[in-house]
Amino acid sequence: MKSKISRRSFLETSSKGLFAAAVVPYFLKSNLGKAFAAPAAQNMTLKNYYDHFGVEEGIIREVMSEALSGGGDYCDVFFQHKIANYIGLEDKAVNRAYSNVDFGVGIRVLKGNQTGYSFTEEITPRAMKLAAKTAANIADSGATAKPIPLKLHDHPNYYYIKTGWETVSIDKKIPYMQKINDKVFALDPRIIKANIWFTNETSYILFANSEGRVVYDYQPMGEISVNCTAEQNGRREQSRFDLSGRRGIDFFNPQNIERLASEAVRRTVLLFDAVKPDAGEMEVVLAAGSSGILLHEAIGHGMEADFNRKEISIFCNKINKPVAEKFVSIVDDGTNPNMRGSINIDDEGNDTEKTFLVENGVLRSYMHDRLSARHYKVKPTGSGRRQSFRFNPIPRMRNTYMLPGPHKKEEIISSVKKGLYTEYFTNGQVFIGAGDFTFYVKSGYLIENGKLTKPVKDINIIGNGPKALEDIVMVADDLKMAEGGWTCGKSGQGVPVSMGLPTVKVAKITVGGVNT
Amino acid sequence: MNNKERIDLAQWAMDYTLKCGSDQAAVSISNRREIEIEYRDKKLETLRELTQNSLNLQVYAQNRYSGHSTNDLRKDSLKKFIEEAVASTKYLTEDKYRALPDPKYYPQESQIDLKICDKHYDKIQSSHRKKMAAEIEEIARAQSDQIISASSGYSDGYYESVRIHSNGFLGERESTMFDAGSSATVKGKEDGRPEDWFWASVRFSNDLPSVELLGKTAVQRALRKIGQQKIKSGKYDMIVENRAASRLISMFRNPMSARALQQKSSFLDGMIGKKIASEKLTVIDDPFIEKGLGSRFFDGEGLAAKKRVIIDKGILQQYYVDNYYGKKLGMQPTGGSTSNIVFEYGSRSLDEMTKDLKNGILINGFIGGNSNSTTGDFSFGIIGLLIENGEIVKPINEMNISGNAKDFWKQLIEMGNDPYPYSSWRRPSMFFEGVHFSGL
Repeated sequence: MKSKISRRSFLETSSKGLFAAAVVPYFLKSNLGKAFAAPAAQNMTLKNYYDHFGVEEGIIREVMSEALSGGGDYCDVFFQHKIANYIGLEDKAVNRAYSNVDFGVGIRVLKGNQTGYSFTEEITPRAMKLAAKTAANIADSGATAKPIPLKLHDHPNYYYIKTGWETVSIDKKIPYMQKINDKVFALDPRIIKANIWFTNETSYILFANSEGRVVYDYQPMGEISVNCTAEQNGRREQSRFDLSGRRGIDFFNPQNIERLASEAVRRTVLLFDAVKPDAGEMEVVLAAGSSGILLHEAIGHGMEADFNRKEISIFCNKINKPVAEKFVSIVDDGTNPNMRGSINIDDEGNDTEKTFLVENGVLRSYMHDRLSARHYKVKPTGSGRRQSFRFNPIPRMRNTYMLPGPHKKEEIISSVKKGLYTEYFTNGQVFIGAGDFTFYVKSGYLIENGKLTKPVKDINIIGNGPKALEDIVMVADDLKMAEGGWTCGKSGQGVPVSMGLPTVKVAKITVGGVNT
Repeated sequence: MNNKERIDLAQWAMDYTLKCGSDQAAVSISNRREIEIEYRDKKLETLRELTQNSLNLQVYAQNRYSGHSTNDLRKDSLKKFIEEAVASTKYLTEDKYRALPDPKYYPQESQIDLKICDKHYDKIQSSHRKKMAAEIEEIARAQSDQIISASSGYSDGYYESVRIHSNGFLGERESTMFDAGSSATVKGKEDGRPEDWFWASVRFSNDLPSVELLGKTAVQRALRKIGQQKIKSGKYDMIVENRAASRLISMFRNPMSARALQQKSSFLDGMIGKKIASEKLTVIDDPFIEKGLGSRFFDGEGLAAKKRVIIDKGILQQYYVDNYYGKKLGMQPTGGSTSNIVFEYGSRSLDEMTKDLKNGILINGFIGGNSNSTTGDFSFGIIGLLIENGEIVKPINEMNISGNAKDFWKQLIEMGNDPYPYSSWRRPSMFFEGVHFSGL
């Protein structure tokens, strides 16, 4: 299926335990000799970034002049150097490692709502000008705009880490994985296999535009995932747990190592007792935490402004209208410290923020990139993101969550006679026009007469975005953020995101189950 | 760089890897050139052009293994890249199963032309690409006054790659792809704005369907969804349209891999020679189809491609065994990835099969859902049409199907005669009895 045309939007947990050969790896420091010279990478200055990419202001402005030569009214350049490392444990040994180095510059030209895009992996003046000329083809008149002198734009740092990944060599990571593996097998004799992946990424970004803004950022990411398979009376079950964030190695402290092992084992062995719920509509209580997937699918994508600018979202004429109970407020936030979806600046050089999608039940704001903000004549919300220098930015989510409400978790669960309590999810999807959305429940519990009873597993939940919002009848005061490695896909681009939710009750939603 | 120069660079990188202390090495270098165009509201919306390089390196040093990739192909950068790759590999634990494939599994010289590269690629003009996208969009927009937004797309790509192994494999490959189609959103009932898409992918420019078909199909499919509703939960007979049926086939993909078997996470473990589906299901992996989107002489590990029957009349015949997990399991490698998947097709069209649906659901697409490769459990969201006595009653959505693959595939009662042409998985429409649907 061609996602870029079908606008398919989906969300899934990363590294489902299968790093097939197609997924690329890492543990290199850098492919650029001079790159990591004097200062620690996260303290690099603009001059260091210019040196890192082998450019200076003059060359960047020449490239932008070329980009605007076809008559475009705006252009930007996005330099990126990204290093990723993956180390794998299987059959009790750390016996595989992969690395990937990605380096290049993307050049974008805008003419009204039209976008010309090109990139080059060779950062030389000649190659950059050639790419600029290609992107310039979106417009077809003479040059009218000119790039102005560059001025550094300062921004806060939402993901300071103590030790950059570029200084952590492979031998420092291996003991963590062995420790988790030993704990997993010690916790339950039914465990027969464990797969552990240690992933870290470092991305260096330098951005400049024809309006004279230049900005740079250092984006770290770390993740450990633990997959377990257990066997009992000839039956096998598998599940997983992972922790991810814009974190350094200090995040993987003894307490988190313990949780990675015990939670992965708990989620796996409980499946031996799991049943399938009845098929059909019922009350669903979403556990605090990664249940925020409800917001991501039911409303998040529909509030991305590109879909509304094109009038193809079910939310496109609902701004300032009531869409939920008064105690429902939903935000998309780029500023949460060290969270996976946080960004210091978006990929168009704009400051990020906490955007209210729904405030006290009323639909407030879309998530904007430059194009849509210009279309709606509003300030960008810092939501323009891209997978890499190979893609043009589009409006995307960051960390999407619901603010705490007036109810208590116990009160919510005890209010349900027959329903479902959902706890752990693997993926979801939405059709932003019709509003159909789904999320896949890997495990949860039945609720019978106000109590959690038997575990359930492997069921899809499907609903309609605006209807599900209206049907949120209780919100607890226990907001929790998801901790796992979620990746959101849209138009063929994947970006890291997170989400969160307090315990929430939805009055009615369709649960995939069996017909008795 | 052309493939000849790529082979020289790969040879150099391989030699340098061995010199740095690797016992064996494999290097592949690829290049992709692509152009993408999107039209909307009579205007060029996006124009994206790219040229992308990649070098992949596999290091086998003292029974230790690691893999690395970079897009910086300058020799001085590569030197440092290779040195670090080999040096870091020594920190890993020994794994005696890590080695390049036995050369006896490498392909022989072949005279067959797979016809996967359109030699006219370089003659295609920018103006032709834009004209085609513009025409498709114009046709789409003219289909209905219910259209809220219609956009069209055209893209093409030229792909070259070489692969070299230190124990005697050398392969190269050139191919092309052409894609075109459209998507549409239409006014629905109440707030809903149903959408759909139609997109064709082919190896040769001339094989793209007409702009009429590419322009009108998405709109027609979206219009058909107006007024969609969920219906009562229950067991229904189900026909899945060919385009959507790949979601069902994909339930088999992980469990059939040697990795899943070795890691004890396959519900198909121990099922060779046993019935895993009804006799209507015959699945063949055929790498030699002319113009096939999955056609090849060798796979990503250099293993010679072979035509293989995977499932024969419901009986599981073979797994997908790659080099490493094959060694771990003591099984002959057969290739760990699918090439083209073809089926034993039935004799009736989708329309003819639908006429037989007394009270059932025709599925046109899936949304979300997942399947569990260890147990076979699955649950998917659906979009489709309620059919009574062979006639469409109304469009439906917001429903799930659920079950377990071990039972589900035995409910397959008919395969259509309509292989989906725009994918390497050429699945037909499929008819199942008594499937669990959840709705109201």
